[in-house]
Amino acid sequence: MTMQIAEPVSLTPPDARARAHAAAARDSLRTEPPAVRVVIIALAVLFLSVFVVLPLVLVFAQAFSKGILAYFAALANPEALSAIKLTLLVAAISVGLNLVFGLVAAWAIAKFEFPGKTFLITLIDLPFSVSPVISGLVFVLLFGAQGYFGGWLRDHDIQILFAVPGIALATTFVTFPFVARALIPLMQEQGTQEEEAAVSLGASGLQTFFRVTLPNIKWGVLYGVLLCNARAMGEFGAVSVVSGHIRGETNTMPLLVEILYNEYQFVAAFAIASLLAMLALITLIAKTVLEHHLDEGQDVNDH
Amino acid sequence: MTIEVKNLVKKFGSFKALDGVDLKVNDGELLALLGPSGSGKTTLLRIIAGLDWPDSGDVAFNGEDALAQGARERHVGFVFQHYALFRHMTVFENVAFGLRVQPRAVRKDEAAIRARVKELLDLVQLDWLADRYPSQLSGGQRQRIALARALAIEPRILLLDEPFGALDAKVRKELRRWLRSLHHEINVTSIFVTHDQEEALEVANRVVVMDKGRIEQIGSPDDVYETPATAFVHGFIGESIELPIQVEGGVIRLGDQPLALAADGLAPGASKLFVRRHDMLVGPPGSGTFEGAVQHVRNFGPVQRAEVALSGGETIEIDAPRDRELRAGDTIGLNPRRYRIYAGA
Amino acid sequence: MGLTLSWLSIIILIPLAGLFVKSLELSPEQFWAIISSRRTLNALRVSFGLAFAAACVNLVMGSIIVWALVRYRFPGRRIFDAIVDVPFALPTAVAGVALTALFAEKGWLGAPLAALGIKVAFTPVGIFVAMIFIGIPFVVRTVQPVLQDLDPEIEEAAGSLGASRWQTIIRVILPSLAPALLTGLALAFARAVGEYGSVIFIAGNLPNVSEIAPLLIVIRLSEFRYADATAIAVVMLVVSFVIIFAVNRLQRWAQSRIPAR
Repeated sequence: MTMQIAEPVSLTPPDARARAHAAAARDSLRTEPPAVRVVIIALAVLFLSVFVVLPLVLVFAQAFSKGILAYFAALANPEALSAIKLTLLVAAISVGLNLVFGLVAAWAIAKFEFPGKTFLITLIDLPFSVSPVISGLVFVLLFGAQGYFGGWLRDHDIQILFAVPGIALATTFVTFPFVARALIPLMQEQGTQEEEAAVSLGASGLQTFFRVTLPNIKWGVLYGVLLCNARAMGEFGAVSVVSGHIRGETNTMPLLVEILYNEYQFVAAFAIASLLAMLALITLIAKTVLEHHLDEGQDVNDH
Repeated sequence: MTIEVKNLVKKFGSFKALDGVDLKVNDGELLALLGPSGSGKTTLLRIIAGLDWPDSGDVAFNGEDALAQGARERHVGFVFQHYALFRHMTVFENVAFGLRVQPRAVRKDEAAIRARVKELLDLVQLDWLADRYPSQLSGGQRQRIALARALAIEPRILLLDEPFGALDAKVRKELRRWLRSLHHEINVTSIFVTHDQEEALEVANRVVVMDKGRIEQIGSPDDVYETPATAFVHGFIGESIELPIQVEGGVIRLGDQPLALAADGLAPGASKLFVRRHDMLVGPPGSGTFEGAVQHVRNFGPVQRAEVALSGGETIEIDAPRDRELRAGDTIGLNPRRYRIYAGA
Repeated sequence: MGLTLSWLSIIILIPLAGLFVKSLELSPEQFWAIISSRRTLNALRVSFGLAFAAACVNLVMGSIIVWALVRYRFPGRRIFDAIVDVPFALPTAVAGVALTALFAEKGWLGAPLAALGIKVAFTPVGIFVAMIFIGIPFVVRTVQPVLQDLDPEIEEAAGSLGASRWQTIIRVILPSLAPALLTGLALAFARAVGEYGSVIFIAGNLPNVSEIAPLLIVIRLSEFRYADATAIAVVMLVVSFVIIFAVNRLQRWAQSRIPAR
């Protein structure tokens, strides 16, 4: 192995301008010229401002356009109060049902292998990609006067369509995927080792679920419930089809917004809308907080 | 192409990744940058490639200021640790990429590009994989494709970041030999970064040992192994026994025991004695510089590795030939065949 | 397990099966007559055509937004990142009345646009605007994580091989994002096709011009023409299935290209 001694190389004096040029070239490896950057940021900010921020601001501006008294008067209207009550009731029912279902479905999908699993996952996603109007339509076809169960229901004097049960069913259908979707990846990632450990230590199935599984996924459950609730309270298309729009009885808040808007009661319409917009904003903030918790939980698992 | 690096400094926040590095690389050389992680070797490589920029200092290619050029003007082939192959392109298109993105004026025509890619795939012996996607290749194959892609632009310098780092031991050994012969064939000035001393010593013409952003030693593989310049190099390369000693009035002491070793020319004060494990010769009790009791012994093929408790209280591991079986409980004398002493605690 | 499957059947399968069974009560000729009637065809054309156009706008604008959010630092970035989800969280009826008031002739944006001779509310343009609104989170949220996880080394590799920034973006980054971009496009399209609440207020709902298919379903229902409603629903549902299937295939295709590192 020969060892060479390098010839001394004379350095040309570094040219400040050439170096500045090269520094720009260095940046251009991973980012764009400042002008391009500014244009892209401006486009993004402008687009989001016009399409998202402005409508949101407008809801509150319109709601308060006749003063704060008119706003509260609109909300205190019996029709508004009954719509709020109905919305809360329907949301409670569908969140409750979907919580139970979501937990079971996610459990089955994440912890067991069985034929048709992919199909099941696709099925769970389905209400996301089906038009809400179609979701409403299928319940009309099932329970309507000419529907498959319509005659039987009439004979037994059970009212589903154009009543609370129908609204709750349709809402449950469209909010179906939220809890399961939030939990499946979480439970898949966590695997079955902890449960197996618990069972090997003598825990029963239910004990395992409440002491081991549930604490591990509590943030995910909250996350799913949060999104499920937001959609349940805000659902319009499906509910609109099945509700029958009976004033003071089967109008949820979104439906009341439509009615008031079409009657040119703008302040009242936007007052209700502002409550729903507030719900959306609170949901988003809570979602950000929960995502933070979920990320932290994952970090703990990684290490 | 020669590379000259002068007084390079690079900080990441308060961390000094490079702390005044000077280095000359000769034309056609195959140089290894060897050091533990965080020693600054990859940062140095990235600065030479133009992927990172120093806070101060100079880099010159053939005497020309390289820092005045961006990465894409430097014509440096860079092989990334994780290969950074374009996963949406076939092997062929990956290798052709550097040729296809050339300015129209100098770009080769399609036939010439095809011929060149074919040539490169032949060079790395993977022409039969041309239509595959990177995800369908093994680690060693990806490594060679990444190399072929870097060579496509006819680089003036070839830089490889931990080229064998992500491969399993067997493939790694094969590729080492292959890289050596490839370098012999293409003869491009090349630098590769590694934390594996065996790799550096086996492949490179010259080895640069780095620690904490500084160069500890530059020399041939024999140099850095036989005559380590610093305590760090001795400890990092090869398996060494390290003993804390005191030099006082021409006498070397381990604890309170004087050692029968020459102390000529050594500065007084706390120092370190380094001996290679296999340079510690075993003799009968009372015959050596050190006395010790064998704690236990394991056999590794031709050598036996013994843990020995020295009478001074230190415990060391030695590698002795199997011609004389050691047993736990034996008292033995130990004599360093070769040793080095470095000043400082 | 058994519980899961029975739940699924009750909630999803039976209603959907009901829909298809109902449509089978129609003879093919009847079915075809409903679907090929001028008003149905126009409603489908409005829904699918505008939804596709809106999804394309979302693809472009969504890419720009993702790029700004992931690659650049600017004041308010985190807030804008959160704002992207608003169309997803805002009840559709609220979005509908807000967009209508915004783009109505006397609205904040409608007035200046009217001065330019552009009428948005109560025209197909309004439908287009509403569909852009509801689709934007789908593109952004599908592409964002992929761009974030994109290995910075591949950009450095392209640069060191001599590619200009533009070439790196076009030849390396965009193809790497392609599966996510197409998924986002499909999701935004699917959502826009089925969208009802945020569209009907601003649409004008003029038959053959600005009447969307979901609205036509609602109208047929209120006329008790269940067969007509069902036929239109089946067509839309089949398209939804095709889109879901395509998205699943896209995801699998994307995964198959990820090299094990």
